[in-house]
Amino acid sequence: MGKSSLSINEVRDMMLAAADRIIESEPILTDADRALGDGDHGVGMERGMTAVKVALAGKEFPSVGKVFVGVGTAMMSSMGGASGAIFGILFRSGGKAVGDATEFTAVELANLLREGTDQVMTKGAKPGDKTMVDALFPAAGKAGEVSGRPIDEALVAVAAAAAAGRDASKDMIATMGRAKTLGENSLGKPDAGAVSVSIILAAMSDFVAGL
Amino acid sequence: MKKLINDPLKVADELVEGLVEAYNGECRHVGTRSIVKSDIPEGKVSLLIGGGSGHEPIYHGLVGRNLADGAACGDIFAAPPPNIVLEATEAVNRGKGVLYLYGNYAGDVLNFDLGAELASDDDIEVRTVLIWDDVCSAPPTQKHNRRGIAGLVPIVKLAGAASQKVSSLAELEAVAKKAVLQTRSVGVSMAPGSIPATGKPTFEIDEDKIGLGMGIHGEPGVGEIPMTSADELTAQMLDLLFADYEKDEEVDALAPGDEIVFFVNSLGATTMMELLIALRKAKAILMERGLKIYDVIVGPLVTCQEMSGISFSVTRLDEELKAYWDMPCQSVCYSKMEGHYGG
Repeated sequence: MGKSSLSINEVRDMMLAAADRIIESEPILTDADRALGDGDHGVGMERGMTAVKVALAGKEFPSVGKVFVGVGTAMMSSMGGASGAIFGILFRSGGKAVGDATEFTAVELANLLREGTDQVMTKGAKPGDKTMVDALFPAAGKAGEVSGRPIDEALVAVAAAAAAGRDASKDMIATMGRAKTLGENSLGKPDAGAVSVSIILAAMSDFVAGL
Repeated sequence: MKKLINDPLKVADELVEGLVEAYNGECRHVGTRSIVKSDIPEGKVSLLIGGGSGHEPIYHGLVGRNLADGAACGDIFAAPPPNIVLEATEAVNRGKGVLYLYGNYAGDVLNFDLGAELASDDDIEVRTVLIWDDVCSAPPTQKHNRRGIAGLVPIVKLAGAASQKVSSLAELEAVAKKAVLQTRSVGVSMAPGSIPATGKPTFEIDEDKIGLGMGIHGEPGVGEIPMTSADELTAQMLDLLFADYEKDEEVDALAPGDEIVFFVNSLGATTMMELLIALRKAKAILMERGLKIYDVIVGPLVTCQEMSGISFSVTRLDEELKAYWDMPCQSVCYSKMEGHYGG
């Protein structure tokens, strides 16, 4: 029997678990970015998620949307760089789309990812450009398909879609960001931002599975 | 890598604190991580620069007399977040608007644009001019996609001088755009710098290779060439520069009699000795072409930690830009007297 929804505090704790997972994954992210960028993505994500923990731990939120807006604001104001702005836009606009909801179901998950992904894509990246959009876009699509399912099942499916998107980014040629100047040399390695997105969604899914 | 630091995650904050001490009262620390001139007069059109830290003495070292009014400082090699851009914008604004002038990197553009949006909520008028001088990062037809590298030093010098004289933001924007259009750079790399927080190198390159056109974070350029002599490398780099002015339909080719500022930059580890050896050859080639060297800058001003490599930047001056160049300026990064050196 699947879990149908999460409370506001469970959403907060889920994002704290995602923050911990990213912080643990710093060496993986650093190596992924060193292959294609300048190697600062891991440290940046670690800094952003450390700020997320400060913003969320022990706090009460009036709505699910505010938890995600809090995640985005913490990342945007602590990380800098392209990833700080983009992860900020993702969670802040996604959180606003979730709005005043007091429980988090697969419908809210779909709204979060759809609006967040749309807003990230207004900054220029489209699927196939070897960016975090290559994990986000399939994850948002899958979330739309499974929005009638219990949240735990929906998260498993969405995390799998993000992981598949991350793997597919290995076969793409970078056209944006610092990696764009690598051209065909960017083949064979996943985009570091896509790796981060897949780690966050996997950690969210694992947390909910353990409830 | 032996690094003289304290907490690896606090290097950006601590270097900015130290920079404020180097300014000795000329500039102050504002908000999270901004540096702002202490005496910006009311009614001045303001010039704001910024970018990731770790490239000292730029960008924040270019705040000063007849230079930038302030800088929004990011973490190491990372653009400043929007809240830092906003705090710097508010601190430099004197009612005539603020020009953002910075290197063209995706992260900087995203964050400065978000900062400009926040500033417009406060009714501060912001315009942006991007610096894209690295000719090896995109062909002339796509030059607005290029990275900004060492050319920012002469560009900020000219815009800073202009910001003292102009009466509107649009005028300052026009001068900055002209300076950007007339400035082109070529960089090479022989060895990487390191990321202070991890100690890891920013990229890898074989001991016997030179990355021709490589960016200041190790972004690839036009390819790797075998290690060579200073004179041969200098000639190759200048050929790339000359070719760019020739191919770009928006500017004239460099022609005999043109007056230029020539800047030889070290990426960090390359010594003044090596820069001077390169300058010696460069001067001969430039003279052969009939170019007049109006002024010379030599030194490690746009760096990436202990990265080994050099860059050449050319800025062609017309009468308007010469008048701005002649103004004196002073900062931690670059200072000059009134007029120009020899030429």
